[in-house]
Amino acid sequence: MRRQLLAIVAFLAAMALVPHLVDSEFWRNWVMMALFYALLGQAWNILGGYGGQFSFGHAAFFGTGAYCSAILHVHYGVNPWIALPAAGMAAGLVGAFIGFLSFRYGLRGSYFALVTLAFAEVLRILANTVPITGKGVGLLIPLEPGAANMQFADRTGYFYLILAFVGLALLLTLWLEHSRFGARLVAVRENEDAARALGVDVFRTKLAAITLSGALAGLGGSYYAQLFLYLDPGIAYGPAISVEALLVPIVGGMGTLFGPLLGSFALHGVSELAKLAFGEAPGLDLALYGVLLVLMVMFMPNGLFGMGRTTLARLLGGRRDA
Amino acid sequence: MLEVEGVSKNFGGLRAVADVTMRVEEGSITALIGPNGAGKTTLFATISGFLRPDTGRVRFLGRDIAGLSPERICRLGLARTFQIVQPFAGLSVRENIAVGAHLHRPGRTEALAHAELIGRQIGMGRMLDQPAGALTIAGRKRLELARALATDPKLLLLDEVMAGLNPTEIEEIVAVVRRIRLAGVTILLIEHVMQAVVSLAETTWVLSDGVLIARGSPAEIAADPKVVEAYLGRGAAARLAGREGGAAHA
Repeated sequence: MRRQLLAIVAFLAAMALVPHLVDSEFWRNWVMMALFYALLGQAWNILGGYGGQFSFGHAAFFGTGAYCSAILHVHYGVNPWIALPAAGMAAGLVGAFIGFLSFRYGLRGSYFALVTLAFAEVLRILANTVPITGKGVGLLIPLEPGAANMQFADRTGYFYLILAFVGLALLLTLWLEHSRFGARLVAVRENEDAARALGVDVFRTKLAAITLSGALAGLGGSYYAQLFLYLDPGIAYGPAISVEALLVPIVGGMGTLFGPLLGSFALHGVSELAKLAFGEAPGLDLALYGVLLVLMVMFMPNGLFGMGRTTLARLLGGRRDA
Repeated sequence: MLEVEGVSKNFGGLRAVADVTMRVEEGSITALIGPNGAGKTTLFATISGFLRPDTGRVRFLGRDIAGLSPERICRLGLARTFQIVQPFAGLSVRENIAVGAHLHRPGRTEALAHAELIGRQIGMGRMLDQPAGALTIAGRKRLELARALATDPKLLLLDEVMAGLNPTEIEEIVAVVRRIRLAGVTILLIEHVMQAVVSLAETTWVLSDGVLIARGSPAEIAADPKVVEAYLGRGAAARLAGREGGAAHA
């Protein structure tokens, strides 16, 4: 645990230097977005990686967080810093609601995935029709630069904010790995009947996981709204976010502390390379993600992190044999 | 400690368990035997909350537990193992046992320490860091036992923990089960390995086609014509007796 904590601190410290050491605006931005997707991936990882419940609709949580903070700010004049925890809570509640309905009736595997996908779509359609979200036109958040409004004139502020969120997500996951709740969550993933026989309340464990996962994704949504100052139903509840959220931990390593981080940087590295090679053909990134998903599931089910660990163990083992 | 009163369980038209009444005394080792398909595992599932009985009551420590969820029943102090082993394959042996240990131990360090203690008691000391998925069948059977024991049960339901083991492994597990009872845990076991039943159980109940047909010490049971017929077919007891009689005449 101490080694993992040290690794987290070292990573955060190294990242904190990026705005000072990297001159290129493009690359600073790139790192910032990789951190943003790492946050979403880590949120998904709690439910999907540790809990084994594959969600295809994390946009439902992300979008709810984004809209909650934007609506509170635009329509009710609530300060974004106060709207932020409210966004996390609203997204957590949506998680609890979806979780209650699907876990109560024992939905698992692809059925659970379909239900989450459906909820995200329902919310997207809803956001398209109710006036409070600005319908299809979208919601414009007024530009009022100033740290007090969670808007930063130079983007360094945004950089540190997402870094803080990622730090929070990493610490939360570290706690998960060393807590009774985490042990029970993993037991539920591995075998529900065996977990029940050992006194684990499977329903409550899953419900807690989806609530936590949703809340974390909601924070990501709130951040996104403040960063781009614009939301529409397609951005907030569209499938792109859901796909990113699940692909990042699958590439990096599901159910591992650093998997989503690794996955996010790898995935966005590949995506940039593809843009350089093929230009910005629309939909190309999604096609590429599809291919990657198939390759990962076929050849690296444990993700980059898992593969790295196995290779390292083999190398060290080999040296000992020699 | 455990009283089963008139419990029945049907699956569609199949009567898996029919009006079973039995009891397990505190501090005893009680065996439940019977031919394949007799309904032993179904009865276990009904007692441990995985199935709800259609009729009847299950009383544990004076409380009706029929219809409670498995996790509630486990918390009351009744733990079971699975005949078809159900390891958390991706976790180490220590982590597997710790899931059970967490029931009454919220702290991770404490639960892992208790898991190690139980693991050593069950003879898995050298396997603690192995992934459970890599264990042999004997190892997996032990793991089932260790996990259930880690929940600090008052009554332990063991479903064929010796099936598929070689004679040496059976002797080891028999010794382990005896030690568990000495530590104050009551045991109800389903077993086909008669060597184990004879050496462990004080009382044996025999289930056949969902109905309890006999009860007694292992020696009494072996001599019961109804039991012989349940295993070998109708009329087998009479034929066996006839052959012995014939041999005596000659």
